[in-house]
Amino acid sequence: MQEKLEKILSEAKEQLGKATQLSETEEIRVKFLGKKGELTSILRSMGKLEPDERKKLGLAANNARNEIEAMLEEKKDTVKGKAKELKLKAETIDVTEPGKELKLGSKHPITVTIEEMTNIFESMGFSVTEGPEVETVFYNFDALNAAPNHPARDMTDTFYINKDVILRTQTSPVQARTLEKEKPPIMILAPGRCFRCDTPDATHSPMFHQIEGMVVDEGITMGDLRGVLDRFAKEMFGSEVKTKFRPHHFPFTEPSAEMDVSCFKCGGKGCRVCKGSGWIEVLGCGMIHPNVLKIGGIDTEKYTGFAFGIGVERIAMLKYGIDDIRLMYENDMRFIDQFK
Amino acid sequence: MLVSLEWIKDYTDINVNTTEFCDRMVMSGSNLETCTEFCSGIVGVVVGKIEKIEKHPEADKLVICQLNVGKDDLVQIVTGADNIFEGAIVPVALQNSRIPGPLHGAPKSEGGVKITKGKLRGVVSNGMLCSAGELGLDDKVVPIAHRDGIWIIEEEVKLGEDITTALGLNDSIIDFEITPNRPDCLSMIGMAREAAATFNTKLNYPKNDCKESDEKTQDYLEVEVKSDLCLRYSARVIKDVKIKQSPWWLQKRLIKAGMRPINNIVDITNFVMMEYGQPLHAFDIRGIEGNKIVVDVAKKGEKFTTLDEVERNLSENILMIYDAKKAVAIAGIMGGLDSGIMNDTTTVVIESATFNKDGIRKASKELAHRTEASGRYEKGIDPNLCEEAADRVCHLVELTESGTVLKGSVDVYPNKYVSAPVEVRVDRVNKVLGIEVERKFMTDVFESLEMKVSGDGNIMTVTPPTIRQDLIIEEDFIEEVARMYGYENLPTTLPKSNTVSGESEHRKLRNIAREALCSMGFNEIQTYSFVSPRGIDKINIDEDSWERAFVELINPLGDENSVMRTILTPNMMEVLSRNYSRKIGKVSAFEIGNTFIKNFIDPNGLPDENYSICLGMYGDDVDFFSLKGATKELLSLLGIEKLSFISEKEYGVYHPGRCARIVAHTKDEDVEIGIMGEIHPDVMENYGIGQRVYVCELMFETINEISDREIVFSQLPKYPSTSRDIALLVEENLEVAKIEETIREASTEILESLKMFDIYKGKQVADGKKSVAYSLTYRHKDKTLTDADVDKVHENILKALESKLNATLRDM
Repeated sequence: MQEKLEKILSEAKEQLGKATQLSETEEIRVKFLGKKGELTSILRSMGKLEPDERKKLGLAANNARNEIEAMLEEKKDTVKGKAKELKLKAETIDVTEPGKELKLGSKHPITVTIEEMTNIFESMGFSVTEGPEVETVFYNFDALNAAPNHPARDMTDTFYINKDVILRTQTSPVQARTLEKEKPPIMILAPGRCFRCDTPDATHSPMFHQIEGMVVDEGITMGDLRGVLDRFAKEMFGSEVKTKFRPHHFPFTEPSAEMDVSCFKCGGKGCRVCKGSGWIEVLGCGMIHPNVLKIGGIDTEKYTGFAFGIGVERIAMLKYGIDDIRLMYENDMRFIDQFK
Repeated sequence: MLVSLEWIKDYTDINVNTTEFCDRMVMSGSNLETCTEFCSGIVGVVVGKIEKIEKHPEADKLVICQLNVGKDDLVQIVTGADNIFEGAIVPVALQNSRIPGPLHGAPKSEGGVKITKGKLRGVVSNGMLCSAGELGLDDKVVPIAHRDGIWIIEEEVKLGEDITTALGLNDSIIDFEITPNRPDCLSMIGMAREAAATFNTKLNYPKNDCKESDEKTQDYLEVEVKSDLCLRYSARVIKDVKIKQSPWWLQKRLIKAGMRPINNIVDITNFVMMEYGQPLHAFDIRGIEGNKIVVDVAKKGEKFTTLDEVERNLSENILMIYDAKKAVAIAGIMGGLDSGIMNDTTTVVIESATFNKDGIRKASKELAHRTEASGRYEKGIDPNLCEEAADRVCHLVELTESGTVLKGSVDVYPNKYVSAPVEVRVDRVNKVLGIEVERKFMTDVFESLEMKVSGDGNIMTVTPPTIRQDLIIEEDFIEEVARMYGYENLPTTLPKSNTVSGESEHRKLRNIAREALCSMGFNEIQTYSFVSPRGIDKINIDEDSWERAFVELINPLGDENSVMRTILTPNMMEVLSRNYSRKIGKVSAFEIGNTFIKNFIDPNGLPDENYSICLGMYGDDVDFFSLKGATKELLSLLGIEKLSFISEKEYGVYHPGRCARIVAHTKDEDVEIGIMGEIHPDVMENYGIGQRVYVCELMFETINEISDREIVFSQLPKYPSTSRDIALLVEENLEVAKIEETIREASTEILESLKMFDIYKGKQVADGKKSVAYSLTYRHKDKTLTDADVDKVHENILKALESKLNATLRDM
């Protein structure tokens, strides 16, 4: 009997050693440990033996059973591991194949530029407001202190709908509309479309965008104008840029100025972008003309204010190096795609 | 305006280089356009005298010149010029010299031209004789006499002297942009006044005294002014005039200012106009019948031929200068053909007048003719300049020995222009600028600009000179202080205003839409607000549809941009078509923009301006449902959850079987918010697109009104759900929306969700039928559902489907 047990054990060991599949290990289990298995039949036959003999053999048979079970478990693990390894190997992919396209859309560069600018001014306490694109002569010119014979009113400069209604030539009418509606303190920013009778070429478009800004409160000074616009320039073009305010003339501001920034491409040394001057003109501004404030019902002794207007296309073109304004309105996807 | 630095220095003692001059003038308010060196690039060109001219043995058109250039040996130069003669003084470009060019008949080359010795048809030539153009003068300013051929110098010059020194060609020409409020700066004295104030030095006026003869002007001329469009008319008379070339110093100034010298009388009037900014006109007295000048408006229908030989139609808006019988000039704009200065003119009337600026502007516009004089009058000229300027002309006439000046002038000046004093407060100036400067600084600024200041303490009563008609209110004077104080010296502060930044819901919602669409892969486009009215035809909109209620421009650039857009779809189609033609295989694009509808209530009022959102796409893997899915997700982000897409067969833009009106269901009502579909094949043809295109246009204003973006959290379910899948056999043309509606109606609140997962036609499905499969999820919020609970509702649903839609259950 003892010999039989040992034979069973060595047979089981040998067969398990050869097994490579889970199904084979199962076959082996059934063969030795199953209801009709070899070990089971030995255990069954023990009933005929003497109690002492039976006890001894029982112990040996149980040991053999345990040993086989342990071997089975071990083999199963090995076989499973092998199988997993094979499966993973078979699943190997070429990680250098291209990814599946998941394309985000891009905003138009005009939007990107407006957002960038409004964010800067919003952080200084400005609120965004808007006005109509089709505007009255009153808000576009009269309320902004433009003389009755100002050349900008000519049909060669301004698009007319009728004698009193035009396409706004600037975002400044939002100033007049806001002054009429609101009380100081006022800090507003008005981005939007403007229209002038310019034949399209690389630098002109009959439709373009401006951002108007206006601050009205007690004690607003021209120093505040410089401060706000200097900060804008540094945030927009880089902290190292310098600003230069030059006297200029606009009907709706007095004193008036134009602001240049030191060229952010060459750092002021002179290049193609700044046409060698080291400076780039970016905006017009000034202290709001008392006539404008008065038409808006503001007490000019108590309140002062400043206003500025920025050409969005110009800034976008400078910033991105776009050399033809017409590209903005062609909407070629290969153009838009670049402004992610 | 072109300003010669040399000319400015005639009136001021400025001792700075060109760069510093420009920089400081810019900061005090004169905006710089360009700054160039006059005739720069001349090296080694000297004055020479042609001693001898011989024929070239080999070439008929060439001659051999021997030139005296102040040295012992003559220089031999071969030339083809035909205006030279023995004894002529000419510019000689010697061996290895440089000239700015361009060479006669050649294009301008950057960096100029080097002159070297060479042989012309076998004869040695040691240099070149130069024309004015070759020395860098612009063709439009070269005196007629020198225009063709070599520059013949008539001044006293030393042979062998460098030409730039001999003719005084070294100078900086600065082009300043003069803003419309400063017409006083359109003159050399005006710019010199700015320079004197900027550099804190004195302004020296030019001499205008004159000897005069005993004969009186009044005996030669009578003036009558009949229209108040003429503010002042003064005239002087010069007799014994000898028409000749002006001296070089005078010609040179005109050339630098961009004007061509003509003859002494015309040149002097132009010179004084450049000096003072006062336009002057010279008449030959032979053209003035009856020795009388009458200033009056023209009669309607009257015609007049100006000295450019154009016959012009006049009207009562146009002020004219008449003699006793006929018109002789259009006031302030242009003289007539018959009274101009001729070579044999002997007596000249110098007109120095001021006309109403708006009158000149109107007349010039009506005649569609602008001249140097009218441009100046339009901007406004101080009437007090007339006399000074006329006197200066007379002074120069005597100086150049051009004629005899008669005694006195005829001067009609009914209302002398004086400037009004303005009260300027010291503390107000400081308050507006954010600075603290003394009264003394401010009064010094005013006085340096020739203003008179009185008063004391905080009040400065300032009277500007009459040339400064732009100084009217306190702020105008604040600017004068600011620019002389230097904008660069103002403090840099931030407003202390207590405001909170924000934006409208409308704008916020547009930003959400933009972000959402970009994240779904759509590119943003921006198109013109003004469009061609034909775009609406191209997308097949009905004749009487609201999309044709255009706001029209009176003066468009062209038909292409002649009306305001009523919808965004035509522009979207243009953009898709452009991209398609550029072989871009797949496009998803959107625009968020204003549309405009005519104001029917008040035709003179503002039109309705409404925002729209337009989506457009094409590409191999794109269909109606790609766009529908994107639209639904967009609307959900915009706060609109409950939607219906209702089949629309009549709208010409879209494929009749592939178009839907989009309706939102709010608590109170159903609102149409847009339309979408596959573009109609006819429209595709109009745009030349050979691929199916899907477009959606949404009415943003309505969306904004009904948008509800409030987020209310709902508890996560505590009890399990049960799902039942069903496949229904229905009529092929039954809209699935009907099935869903029927299911919802027949169910109770335990139906949590309903999701279609398959539509099948073909094998195993009878002709004219389709199979639609749904997954129904049931859940009770307070308990675990039993099969019986679900069965009750589910059976009910199936019954309803069968009875209402004749839908039968199909084995799955």
